[in-house]
Parts: sequence; structure tokens; C-alpha cells
Amino acid sequence: MALSFDSAAKFQEYARPEMLVSTEWLAEHLQDPGLVVAESDEDVLLYETGHIPGSVKLDWHTELNDPVTRDYVDGPGFARLMSAKGISRDSTLVLYGDRNNWWAAYALWVCTLFGHPDVRLLDGGRAKWIAEGRDITTAVTQRPRSDYPVIDRDDSQFRAFRDDVLAHLGQPLIDVRSPGEYTGELLHMPDYPQEGALRGGHIPGARSVPWSRAAADDATFRPRQELEAIYAGEAGLRPTDEVVVYCRIGERSSHTWFVLHHLMGYPHVRNYDGSWTEWGNSVKAPIRRGENP
Amino acid sequence: MTPAGTLNPRLQEIAEDFTALTGPERLQLLLEFAGDLPPLPARYADHPDLLEAVPECQSPLFLAVETDDDGTVHLFFDAPPEAPTTRGFAGILHAGLDGLDAEQILQTPGEFSAQLGLQDLVSPLRLRGMAAMLARIKRQVRDQRRP
Repeated sequence: MALSFDSAAKFQEYARPEMLVSTEWLAEHLQDPGLVVAESDEDVLLYETGHIPGSVKLDWHTELNDPVTRDYVDGPGFARLMSAKGISRDSTLVLYGDRNNWWAAYALWVCTLFGHPDVRLLDGGRAKWIAEGRDITTAVTQRPRSDYPVIDRDDSQFRAFRDDVLAHLGQPLIDVRSPGEYTGELLHMPDYPQEGALRGGHIPGARSVPWSRAAADDATFRPRQELEAIYAGEAGLRPTDEVVVYCRIGERSSHTWFVLHHLMGYPHVRNYDGSWTEWGNSVKAPIRRGENP
Repeated sequence: MTPAGTLNPRLQEIAEDFTALTGPERLQLLLEFAGDLPPLPARYADHPDLLEAVPECQSPLFLAVETDDDGTVHLFFDAPPEAPTTRGFAGILHAGLDGLDAEQILQTPGEFSAQLGLQDLVSPLRLRGMAAMLARIKRQVRDQRRP
């Protein structure tokens, strides 16, 4: 049973207002049957230090990834995971997390590959909820198991693989990494572990728009008009474009994918999750260094 | 003297404590180590420039190493509360190594974090941060030991 949408004025400007809920809305609906809240963080222990009451934890590293192949879980794996968390196919799933929701956006993107019908992000994520002094708890959430059906993952619409990107060259690409990673000066994020790419730079033709530009200081998404100025204005994207976004492993670019697809309404946006850790190691993959696309 | 490549008794006990537990309990224990990490003394808190950054950790971590004249090593760590995993790793290294002799620290196997049974719970990528902290501690101990 799907819950009502958040009618907050800011969201109505976005292409799909139903994809976001505010902290006020969530606090009001926390007890509603049919709602499941899940926290997805960079830090695997952050949830344990205190989480939104009743929320479950969804970890990208240890749960959404296949443990052997570099890929996400398959249909049966996703069904097992959702069932264990007590998430049903008709649940309204609200995701939130640390670092401006980037891991929550990643989890949302993976849920989208499985076509989960109603999955939304908490605007402002964990930081805003806590900054507003709202309830958090360390109590272990007990949810009854659900019976999530086995759904085949559909990678065709929103996921790009290396060969897709090679065929896409010449069309719009957005590189959401930091400027130093884009130019090739740095092989990995500043202050982050080296995640092994042999070559630095960017995919030829890719425009640099660091992902965090879409987030305001309070971790909420910037209003529609500001997003238009960045992505349509500066980066020159048009709504009808086929766009591929990428970063290092596809997590930060999920945030930008969410912005372009759901908030700005671009229908054809794919996330290249192989991203730089694949491209920068791929023999003969074309690379450009420096500040120019 | 402990043979090279084996854990000192304190780290050995920590590893046994972890592996005796179920998965969720291991995460709780890691969280306890995060909570037990002592705050920085004022001489470092007021001078963060004296700390060495460990960029290999997912969240920022800073550490300092001091070796007494008799070879006793003291370790200091700084990591934000919103990075409990990184704090937990630092807490384990503090509990397992602080106050030991330089030689004992240098003998700690670089891959000792693999003995905590955390790979499937925390992910190997996140565990790399702990190996990086240890490597940097050892390098500083080696540097300070030189006459």
C-alpha cells in the first residue's frame, strides 16, 4: 500500500515531486503501515550509533553487491535481501543516509534496476534529520520478514556498461568526480582510499560537474532553478539528450543520475557504474587529460 | 621475544574476542572500540598540524606516534564521531599497540586486520584503512628509532 506524496512546495518544482520526502513528512508518517525507512551510509557502523526509529540498514558494500562478481545482486539475491529487511514489493521505501545522501541515492538507483515501484529519498538525509533534533535510536529494529518476489534486474534503461559508453562517445557525458580526478592530477578522491586505476583523466567529451554541486549546505537538493542553471546552463544538457554519468565506482554519479532523471525529468540518463575504476584500467580505452572535455 | 609475523598477546586477545562473536556482535564490539578511543591530548588537539593524515581511510583520520627513550611507543588518533568504523579501527590499534615496545609494534603483521573476522561485515575495501594506519604507525616508529 503506497503512502501519499509529500506536497511540500519546493518539491512541486521538480519533474517528479513524488521522489522526495521532507523530514517533516517523514516524522509525521513514521508509524504508517506500508512505509519502510532504510539507512544507507558510507560508514558501515553509523546506523548502529543511532538511526531513525524503525529504520533498517541497507549497506552497499556488503549487501547490494554480489560478493564474488563485480556486479549487483541478482533477482533471487535482491528478493532475499528485501525479504530479510521486511520490505515488500508494495512498500513505500524511503531511503536516507550520510554524505548528502550519496549512498542512499546509490541504493535507490539499484532498487530502480529491480523496478521497485515506490522508492523515495529523504531530502537532506541523515544530517538534516539530526540537525533538526529529531528522534534517533540505537534500538534494534525488528521487522517481520516479507515475501519479496524474484524480479529480474533490468540493466537496459538506466545502467551503462563499458561498451555502451564506447558507443556513446560524442554524446553528452557528465564526470561528477572532483576537479583533480577529472584532469588526471589525482587518481582517486582527495582524502579517500586509492581504488586502483592505472591511468588518470576523463572520458573524452565528458563535462566536469562535481556531484556535490547539486547539494545545498544542509544536504538537501538545490531548488529546480539552480539545478537548471548548473546542468542545462553551464553543462549545456538538453532534456532530450542521451546522457551518461560516471564517477569512480558509480556511487557519486547515482546522486547526479537522481538529479537529472527524477528532479529535472530527463528521460534518457544512464549511470556507468564501472566508472573510472574500469575505464582507467581498460586497455585502449580513450582518455583525455587536463581541463578540457 | 615473539616470533615475527605473530600477534602480540593483546592483539591476539582482541582477535579472539572478535572471532568468538556472531556477525552483529562483532559490529557492536567494533563500535565499543570506537567509543573507547581516548581523546587527543591538548598538545595535539591544539596543533592538528603535528598529526599525520591517513588518506586511505574512508573518513579522515589523523594520527601521531611518540617513542620514549626506552623504546616505549605511544599512539594518538583523531577521527570524527560520524566515522565510527574508522574510529573503531583506531581504537583496536590503540588497545592493541599503545604502550608496547617499538620492536613489538614493528613485528605486527601488516595484514592482521584479516584475523578479526570483519571482511564480510565491513568489506575488504573499508578494512584497507586499518592496514594503512598500521603501515604509517610502523613507518613513524622506524623513523623515530633511528639515532
